Order: sequence, then structure tokens, then C-alpha cells
Amino acid sequence: MTTADRIAIKAKERPGDRIFSTATVVAGSLILAVLAAVALFLLVQSIPAFVAPADAFKGEFSNFWSYVAPLAFGTAWSAFLALLMAVPVAIAVALFISHYAPRKLAQGLGYLVDLLAAVPSVVFGLWGIGVLAPMVQPFYANLVEWFGWFPLFAGPVSGTGRTILTVAIVLAVMVLPIITAICREIFLQTPVLYEEASLALGATRWEMITMAVLPFGRAGIISASMLGLGRALGETMAVAMVLSPNPQVIFQLLTSQNSNTIAANIALNFPEAHGVGVNILLATGLVLFVITLIVNMIARVIINRRKAFSGAN
Amino acid sequence: MIAFPVFDLKRILVNLKRYGRPAVIAIAAALVLSSCASNEAGSTATDDAAESTLSGTINAAGASSQGSAQESWISAFQTANPKVTINYDPSGSGAGRETFIAGGTDFAGSDSYLNDEELAGAFAACAPDTLAVDLPVYISPIAVIFNVEGVTDLNLDADTLAKIFTGAITTWNDPAIVALNADAELPATAITAVHRSDDSGTTKNFADYLFQAAPDVWTEKPADPFPYQTGEGAQGTSGVVDAVTSGTGTIGYADASRAGDLGVAKIKVGDEFVEYTAEAAAAVVDGSPLVEGRADNDLAIKLDRLTTDATHYPLVLVSYALVCTEYADPAQGALVKEYVSFMASEAGQAEAAASAGAAPLSADLQSKVAAVLETVK
Repeated sequence: MTTADRIAIKAKERPGDRIFSTATVVAGSLILAVLAAVALFLLVQSIPAFVAPADAFKGEFSNFWSYVAPLAFGTAWSAFLALLMAVPVAIAVALFISHYAPRKLAQGLGYLVDLLAAVPSVVFGLWGIGVLAPMVQPFYANLVEWFGWFPLFAGPVSGTGRTILTVAIVLAVMVLPIITAICREIFLQTPVLYEEASLALGATRWEMITMAVLPFGRAGIISASMLGLGRALGETMAVAMVLSPNPQVIFQLLTSQNSNTIAANIALNFPEAHGVGVNILLATGLVLFVITLIVNMIARVIINRRKAFSGAN
Repeated sequence: MIAFPVFDLKRILVNLKRYGRPAVIAIAAALVLSSCASNEAGSTATDDAAESTLSGTINAAGASSQGSAQESWISAFQTANPKVTINYDPSGSGAGRETFIAGGTDFAGSDSYLNDEELAGAFAACAPDTLAVDLPVYISPIAVIFNVEGVTDLNLDADTLAKIFTGAITTWNDPAIVALNADAELPATAITAVHRSDDSGTTKNFADYLFQAAPDVWTEKPADPFPYQTGEGAQGTSGVVDAVTSGTGTIGYADASRAGDLGVAKIKVGDEFVEYTAEAAAAVVDGSPLVEGRADNDLAIKLDRLTTDATHYPLVLVSYALVCTEYADPAQGALVKEYVSFMASEAGQAEAAASAGAAPLSADLQSKVAAVLETVK
């Protein structure tokens, strides 16, 4: 059908059409307006922080950038560690549900994973300090004792287990359901023809998955991971409760000193912040906003490059 | 297309229809019943306090350390004076002083007294050319809590405590600790020193004690954030207590009322080791001189952290109420005067001791505060 034909048979516009199309336009532009308003608010509020004198910063920081750098590092580092643990597990769980488990079990398991997404983060925080940290502490102590030569596991070990590795485990559990749910949907959409063809060619089920399912779902896995990453980057309460923070860039996973994350730092310091201190915290929020934006843009680029395989076609 | 897991909306709606009607009735019944109940409660309270003629609203903000004490003071005061509304926003000492100076609140709670710079300026809530004064209303001993297997009693002096928290002493069987605890069996466990990861007046007072009593080791000036980059941080008093409880070889500092079953270290004062008590905490405040060079009616206390009197416990936090000597609005002044007088009274102090674990002001200090409040207009 050509464009001309479509114009020619244009139907009479009824009130319902007009109302609905206006509503969608409003909804669509509202989300842009909200985003712009948030960005503008952060930007305006941040300006005093960029020019704040050295004594406005806590600790020995001379300017805003030296203050925010360790926080940005901690944010990225904890989220990276969390994804490192969560993505393989999520893919395995999703594959089990979509291709291995008996149908009845798969359905129940799917619901269970979705249920995990509904647990509030403060509960994960309480679980982190109450159960996980004391549980992993002896393990950390052994790790430092035996593998202390490996830079990431260098001592001295934390006596409470409230380290960045514990935080990463908590974050991994938190992002697991969203990555699993999306991966499962993607894997289920692998064209049955591909799967049957590879099986017919003599492939085992594992070979079928590596040759047909995973390549088809790659873009979906990436976008699922990016959604998980977004949650891990912005997670506040669980990190603030579990982490023992320190204002430095620290790679070690098992010591008492850990780089804090931007969101947790805001949560810890906002209640007593005043004057330019509030602006400094909001400016770190702006940095987090920019980091998340960049992460999402990178994800978009990756997905667009592999458009041919995306689940959308 | 990515399909997100969606709950079955239709089924929920059906369920709502099925169970909706009884639920609505139940909710309505509950509302009616509860409104009756609250009516009754309201009327009896008015009958009881028929003689109270006070009315109005007090807005205050400041130190979160006195937050729970303020809550109990407010509920007691409002029960006695049902027409009075008091709001206390525990936004922190610095923010509290700032808002008070700008005239946003009627009084401020603060862990530190007004500094000379603040006193040189004007106070918007006060009558022109009058100043505000500091009145101590809340004393809380800070306990050094620890969790070391096999150790129930621990003696520490300021030097050793400072070395532990600055990271100079790293194991429990360090000679410096052993020398102070001849009877204890100290393990070779590593020390995890837990401090507050958020800003806190508790940290500032803890640091102030070590800064004065162990100046060679603790060289950073006392401030709300923990100054050293050693040890372990935890959020809030409950976070510190939790970290110390669940960790191994841990030591921390927290408001004494929250120490619970944890081991509490005795601090060396003079030649003896003193365990915190409410009396010892009140005694050190009582025995400390006022800050010099201030107005006669300003009760800012220069805490004697170096006391050698073994009936004193120098590791305490004193929180003040900052009030105008003369309010721009006399009616508001009378109201604030009543409330702050209640806070510093014997009944108010007993209330704070019961609900927040504070150490009551000594009778002597109570009467001093009351005398200053007499002059508030």
C-alpha cells in the first residue's frame, strides 16, 4: 500500500480517536518532561558544589571531582562484581526454565524468581547484615589466609564481613530476578525451526543451545544485564546498611575499608547535611545520573549493532 | 519483544468483586469504631488538663542525639497541655543551629554550643539586639563496647583506645592492652574497630575525649565525621551495635543505653578504671567549668575530659537547647520557656532517662538551667 492510498481512505476521526491519540502524546511527552526536570534540578542544585571551597568537603578533598571519584569508582566496582556473579547464574536459571525443566516445575520456578523481585531492598539489607555477613566472615578469613597474595584478596580481613564482596553478593541476589525473567522470555522466543534444525543435524541439546539459543538471545541478554546494572548502580538502602565505607579508591574485596557507592553515600550523609553540603550530595547524584545514562547508551549501541538477532523481529 | 511477568489483573479484579463488599464493610466499621475511640480519648484528655491554658505551636530542629528524648518530652508535654503542638525535626546540630539563627524555628537542639562567630550575628527569632543562650538539657554517656571471645572485662586508657581506633594497635593480645588487663586472657584475634559511617555528635564527642586525653595519638580535630581512614564504618548507633555484636574481635562506641548485653570497657580516669553510670556521667558534667568569656546566663559547658576524679566518666555527650533570652514574640517566648523548663525539670529528665537512656542532669544543674529560663521573655 502506498502513502497516497492511505491518505485517500482516511476514516472520519471520532472523539475516541482524538482523545486516545492526545492521551498517548501527553503521556509520551510527560516522561520526557519529567526526565528533563530531574536533570535540570540536579544541574542547578549542583552548581554551588562545583565551585565549593576545599573546606566544604569532608575529609581531605580539595575539590568536588576528587570527592566524587572514589564514590563513582565504588558504584561501578560493586555493580560490576554483582553482575559478574548474577549474569551467569541468571542465564543458567533461565535456560533451565526454558529448555531443561519439566513444564510444571518450570512454571513454579518462574513464579518463584519473579517473587524474589518483589522483596524490598531494605529486607535485603537486613539479611545482608544479619545473616550473610556473619556467615561469610569465616570464609573471608580463610580466603585472606590462603590467597592473601592475590591483590584482590589482600588482608587484613574484616572482622564483621561487611565488605564490598558481601555487598556485591546482596546486589547480585537483587538483580538476579530481573535478568532471569527477561532472559527466560528471550530464550523462549528462539524460533523453533532453528532449534529443530540443529537437533536434526545431530546436535546435542547443549550444542543446540550454544548454536541457536544463545546467539539469538545475545542482544536480549545484554539488555537484561543493563537493566540489572541499572538497579545495582542505584541501589541505596542495602548498600548503606551493609557496607563499611571509606573515602578512597580501594580494590581489595575483603577488608574493612571499601569504596562507598554514590547512592549509599547520599543516604548516609543527607540527614545531617546542610548548606553547601546538600549541594555536594546532589552533585554526586548528578554524576550517578550521568553514569546510568552512559551505561544505557552503551547498551543501546550494542543492541542496535546486533539488531538482526534481537527478539523484536 | 520483551514480555515482563504481569500479575493476572483480571483475576485480581474478580477477587476484588468477590471479597470487595465484606472488606469495605469491615474497613468502614473499623473507621467508625476507631473514630469513636479517639473521640473518647480526646474528651478525657481535655477534662484532665482543664487547668492548662497554654496553646500554640513550637517548631524546633536540631541534634538527632536528643531525638528520642524529644519524642518522649513532646508526648508528655502535649498530654499535659493538649492545645500545644510541638514539632522537633532531628535534622542534625549544624542544620538545627542554622535554621534557628535564620528564624525558622523557636529553639534548636545542638550537640555543640554556639560559637563566637554565631554569637556575633543576629538571631531572627529573638528580639532585636538580644542573643541566644545554650542550656544543657541532655547528657548521654558513650560506652566503648566490644565483642571478643572469652573476654568479659576490659580496661582501657585513652592512649590505648586512641591507638586501637587509629589502627596503631591491630591485635587483641598487643602488649599495650595486655599491660592494662593482667587477668584477662586476650586472644591473638585481629581488632576490628567499628565507627559511625554517618555524621554524628557521638563521633565528635568520642573524638574530643581522645583528642584531649591522648593528644599524641589522636591528632585530628574532633568533628562529626570519623576522621581516620582505618577501621570499619557502620550506619547509625544500631548499625555499630549490630556490627560489634555479629563480628569477631570487634570494638566500637555507642550511646550507653544501646550497649545491651555487649561487653563494656572501663575507661581509665586518674588511677582507676571507671565503668559508665548515669551518675558518673552527670557528675563529670557537674564538675566541669562553664566556657569562659560568655554571657552570665549562657551555660555552655567546657567538659573536663581530663578529670582524675574516679567518680567521673569523661566520655559523655552533652546536648543543648538553644533559646533566645528575649523572643521577638513574647507569647511564643512564654510557650518555649514552659516547654524547655519541662525538659530540664526533674520530671522531664526522668522521662528522658526512661525512654532514651539519658543520664539525668544533677539537681544543681537543673536549678541553674531553671534560673536562666526564669529570665527568658
